[in-house]
Formats: sequence, C-alpha cells, structure tokens
Amino acid sequence: MTTIPLFHVLVLSSLLFAIGFIGVVARKNTLFILMSLEVMLNAVGVAFIGAGSAWQQADGQVMFILILTLAAAEVAVGLALLIRMQKKYRSLDIDLLNEMRG
Amino acid sequence: MLLASLPFYPLVSFLLLILFAKRLSWRLASAISVGAMALTALVCGLLVFELSNSSSHFINVDLWHWFSLSSQQGMAEVNVSFYLDGLSAVMISVVSGVGFLIHLFAAAYMKGDANFSRFMAYMNLFIVAMLILVLADNLVLLYLGWEGVGLCSFLLIGFWYQEQANVLAARKAFIVTRIGDTSMAIGLFWLFSSFGQLNITAVSELIQGVGGSEIGFSLQESTDIYWIALLLLGGAVGKSAQLPLQTWLPDAMAGPTPVSALIHAATMVTAGVYLIARMHSVFLFAPEVMNYVAWLGAITLLLAGLAALAQTDIKRVLAYSTMSQIGYMMLALGAGAWSAGVFHLMTHAFFKALLFLTAGAVILALHHQQNIFKMGGLLKRLPFESALFVVGLICLMALPGTSGFFSKEAIIAELWLSTTAGPALWWCAIVGALLTSIYSCRLFFLAFLGNERFSEELHIEKASLMRSALLILALLSLFGGLISLDFSEVFFKIKAEELISVNEPLWLHTIAIATPFVGILFSWFYFKNYRVDSNLEDGIKTNLTASKHRFAIFCRNGLGFDSLYDALLIKPYQLLAKLNRRDFIDQAMMSTAWYVGLWHDVMTMIQNGSLRWYLAAFGLAIMALVGVSIL
Repeated sequence: MTTIPLFHVLVLSSLLFAIGFIGVVARKNTLFILMSLEVMLNAVGVAFIGAGSAWQQADGQVMFILILTLAAAEVAVGLALLIRMQKKYRSLDIDLLNEMRG
Repeated sequence: MLLASLPFYPLVSFLLLILFAKRLSWRLASAISVGAMALTALVCGLLVFELSNSSSHFINVDLWHWFSLSSQQGMAEVNVSFYLDGLSAVMISVVSGVGFLIHLFAAAYMKGDANFSRFMAYMNLFIVAMLILVLADNLVLLYLGWEGVGLCSFLLIGFWYQEQANVLAARKAFIVTRIGDTSMAIGLFWLFSSFGQLNITAVSELIQGVGGSEIGFSLQESTDIYWIALLLLGGAVGKSAQLPLQTWLPDAMAGPTPVSALIHAATMVTAGVYLIARMHSVFLFAPEVMNYVAWLGAITLLLAGLAALAQTDIKRVLAYSTMSQIGYMMLALGAGAWSAGVFHLMTHAFFKALLFLTAGAVILALHHQQNIFKMGGLLKRLPFESALFVVGLICLMALPGTSGFFSKEAIIAELWLSTTAGPALWWCAIVGALLTSIYSCRLFFLAFLGNERFSEELHIEKASLMRSALLILALLSLFGGLISLDFSEVFFKIKAEELISVNEPLWLHTIAIATPFVGILFSWFYFKNYRVDSNLEDGIKTNLTASKHRFAIFCRNGLGFDSLYDALLIKPYQLLAKLNRRDFIDQAMMSTAWYVGLWHDVMTMIQNGSLRWYLAAFGLAIMALVGVSIL
C-alpha cells in the first residue's frame, strides 16, 4: 500500500476548509452555515489524521475524536438556537440577526 | 455727609422703579422719580450754599476705599470719594436743577407710555451716573460715571426699541462714543504710568508744582503731557459730539424729547467740556493741544451751524445747534477762557433744555410731526409755547440782556488776545454767531410764522407740570446770566503774564454785539417766503418744501461725514467680514471635528451587526496576517 504524501492531505484539508469558510460567509440560511461549519471542522480533522499517520503518532486521532465530540455538542446547541430562531422570526436568515449594529 | 448722599436719592428711586416696574401707577412712579430729583435739587442747593459760606474752597467726602494701584512712584489709592469745588458745584446745580425740571416735564410728556416707569428709571440712573462723573475726586471714578452716562444714553435713545431707526441710532451713539472712551482710557493709563497718580487734585498739584517751578518739565515729561492731553481730548470729543466723532448726535434725536433735552443738550454732551476744564492743568502745559481744542471747537461750530441751516426736522436743527454751542465751549477752553467756557455750559444747559422741551410740547401738539416744513403759523395757535421758544431762541442768538449774551460775549471777548487762540478764531466765532442767528430765525419763521401747513386738529396739552417746568427754565434762560461764577480758586494760571501792550481794537465788542442783529435782518428779508402768511395775501395755499439744491442736501446730511465714514470704515469692515464669512481659524478648528466625524461614520458602518460580514473580515485579516508572515 502506498502511503499518501502529507502534502496532498494538507492540500485537501485546506481546500475543504476554504469551501467550508466560503459556505459560512456566503450562505444566508443559518442551517447551511452550521453545515459549512461542520465541513470546516472536518477539514481540520483530516489535517490531524494525515499528520498523525505521517509521523506514526496517536495524538492526531485523539485530537480528531475531541473535534468530533465538540462538533456534536456544537450542533446540539446550534440546532436548539435554530429552533428558537425559527419560532421567533419565522425564518432562518442570518442577516435578520443584526440588532447589534452601530 | 450731605454731599455723600447726593447720588443716592436718584439711585434709590431707580431701584424702586426698576424693581416694581409696571406694578406702579403713573402717579406713584412719577412721584417717586420726580420726588427723588426734587430732593437731589434741594440738597444740591444746600450744598452750594454751604460751599459759598465755608472758608475753604472745596468740600471733600470719603465714602470707602475702592482699590490701590502700585506703580514705580509708589502706591496710588483709588477711593470712592466725592470732591465739590466751584466747578463741580456748577455742574451738579445744572444736573440736578435742570434735571429736576426735565423730569417734571417728562412725567407729563411720557404719561401715556406703556413703559413709563422704565423710562423714568433710566432717567434717574442717568442722573446718578452724571453726578458720579462730576463729583468724582479721581479719574477712575470719573470714568465709571463717564461710562454710566454713555450706557444710559444708549438705553434712552433706544427706549422705543421696537423701531429700527431708534435701535440703529442707539447703537451708533454707543459705538462712536466708545471710540472716544477708548482714547480717554489710554490717556488715563498713560497719566498713571508717567505720574503715578489718578487723584485729580494730586495730579493737578503735581503738574502745577513741577511746571510752575523754575526747573520745569523734562523733555520726556512734556511729551507725556502732550499725549495725555491729546488722548483726553479724544474722550471729550467723543462725548461732546465734536469733529470728527460728531455723527452720533443728530441720529440720537430718535429718542424721546426729554432725553434729547436732558442728555443730548444740557448735561451729558457737556461732560467733555467738564473733563477738559477739570484737567485744565494738564492742558495748560500742552499749549499745542489747547490750540487744537480751539480749532476743533471753531470748525465744529461753523460746520454744525451750516448743517443746522439745511435741516428739516426741528429736533435735528436743535441737535446741530447743540454741537455748535459746544464748539463755542471748546473754543473757550482752547483759548484758556476756562470760566467763560463753563459759564456758557451752564447758560446753554438752561436755554437748550428750554428749546428742546418746548419743541417737545410742539411736537406733541402736532401728533408727533417733527418736520418744520409741515408746521407754520403756530404763533397764533400755541402762544404759550411760541413765547417760550422765542425766549430760548433769543438766548441762543445771544441778544443783549439774555443769559446767552453774557456767556457768549465772555467767550468772544477772550479770544482775540489769547495766546492759544487769536484773531482768526475770533472771526470764526463771529461767523458762527451769524450762522446761529440765521438758523434760529429760519427755524422760528418756518415753525411759528407763515401759513399753517398741517391739517389735523392740534392736540393741546395743558398739563400744569409741563408748563411750570418750561416757565422756570425760561426764567433761568433769561436771567441765568446774572449768576456770577467765581472760579478764581479752581482754575490755575501759569503765571501773572506781563500786561500785553497791544490793546484790542475798539470795534471788537461792537461787532460781536451787532452780529446777531445782522443775522436777524438778513433772515428777515432772505426767508421772506417762510415768514409771510401767503394765505392772507392771495388766498392760495402754498406749500413750502425744503431746498433741493445739491449743497443744501449735502448740508442736510451732516456735510457728508456719515457717507465718508461709511465708505472709509463701515464698507471695508463689512467687506472683510463678508470675505471671512467662513472664518479661516474656525475652519481649522472645524476640520478636526470633520475628521472625527468621518471616523465616526466609518466605525458605525463597520459595526453593521451582520455576522457574515464579521466573519469575512475575520477571514480576510487572517489571510493577510498569514500572507505577511509567509512573505
């Protein structure tokens, strides 16, 4: 089995991260923003896994499990907020939440 | 202590009137103000009596210590203290005596006015300031009174503040006299810095002591005295409406007539004369300045006489006549005829107050018509007022036997041989007397003779208050010349000058006495159409109009001084103000505010509350940071 070079893993990870970030910035629907956030988290996870396998260390996988847990917790809170938002505004448009403007 | 109380009666009355204002009825308000003036006049009479019977030639009273000034020559005390000598006795008699009569008249004249008590309050305040001015024993207190009368003049000219002309006239009077006052203030600073004294007696003694001794003044000191005298003259010129600061006086006639009589004829405008007479020891040692005073007086009296010839408003004729008579006083002071000048001040106060008040009564009778070309034939309709006006005019013309005769002849008699005046100025005075009689006749013919040129019914006021005030003034004008004033203790002579061998020509006095008659004779024929009632002769009603000749219009507008100052000072100033409308210093200040405002806008724009914008900025910033760190 040929090993995948670390550089390729990192390129994939950066691409995923960029796609996720663009999704967060460009999307108006809060649900899709949350999903893009998941993409970003997983991009970071890919980078950790790749690095762990390149150096033959377990730390990368440990970090990934940590990120997975965090993502699960974040999604729980985020979805709860989404339900509140839908109830209050009858919409999931993030731009409606701009009451803090100067 | 009687002296100390003198200014306090009108002051108390002023406070009462200004505090209770419209809550006072006409009867109560006039009782308070006129009563206070009566008390002042009474106390003044007592004081003059006391002064003439006392052995010393002055009465002095210290009220309280005001402040001290230190200079190289030591400390100078400035106290609130009054000093009464022959000169200030004449002044307080005029101020409180004539002032009382004018208050009496004013109470009746202003009866219907809504702000009657405010008017009387200002009049009382004026008397307070004027008394402080003439009684002050130091120049700082004198300056307080000086500014006080200026303030009251402003308030009273603009008394009917809802009319634009009055407000403008008040502002003009205030600003123009302020120029003179500034000059006087600088003169006082100079006096203090070079002699270290502000007490009038001390300054006089110091200057007379040094100047009268063998050593005399150093060069520096005589230059100082020259400039001090010149600057004080500037103050006097502003207050007394002499050339070149005379333009405010004719406009000041916009005020109520009693104000014109009290402030702009009898008392305030003569404050300049008083100042020069009071500081005569300074002027004595600046003979050049005395010469300027004489010439200034002479030119003013001629130009004002010329302007009076062309006026159409009865009060403006009298205003120019006042300027011209003050010119006589200045001429007398310049010639060193101190007592003659002060004597003329007193008699002028009598007859000019009489003229103004009678004119006021006439104006009231004609429903506030002031144009003499719309009067005429009043002799038959208002015999009492006409008779009094004639009395005032013959005093003004200085016909023999009247008070004006004694004082004016006293001035003219001293001019020829005076070292600081001389024959040229004597001739000016004679021509001035001729002009005086001509404009007086013109005024009388136009207003009181000829055909009636008004259509309304006369509003005849028979208030005994008014009439008694006028009557007393008329008596004073006729017989005031018999009051003999003794100024031997007040005015200092440099030294007994050796008798001048050249005698004055004999014809001098004859000419001086004959001049007014020549004027009357001339006007009798020249102003025939003003005098003759054309209605009786041919039954056709003719209407007189003022001359449309260019020179007449030029004279009517005060000989172009107003337009000259307008072109020289006011226009450039307004242009400058217009150019600098957006003040450039202000712009520098405002640019800071603009800069801050700009950043405020930027910051507000950034804080738009939109999560996605924040995130984008966040991402971009990280990219920039990473980019920078890689490079």
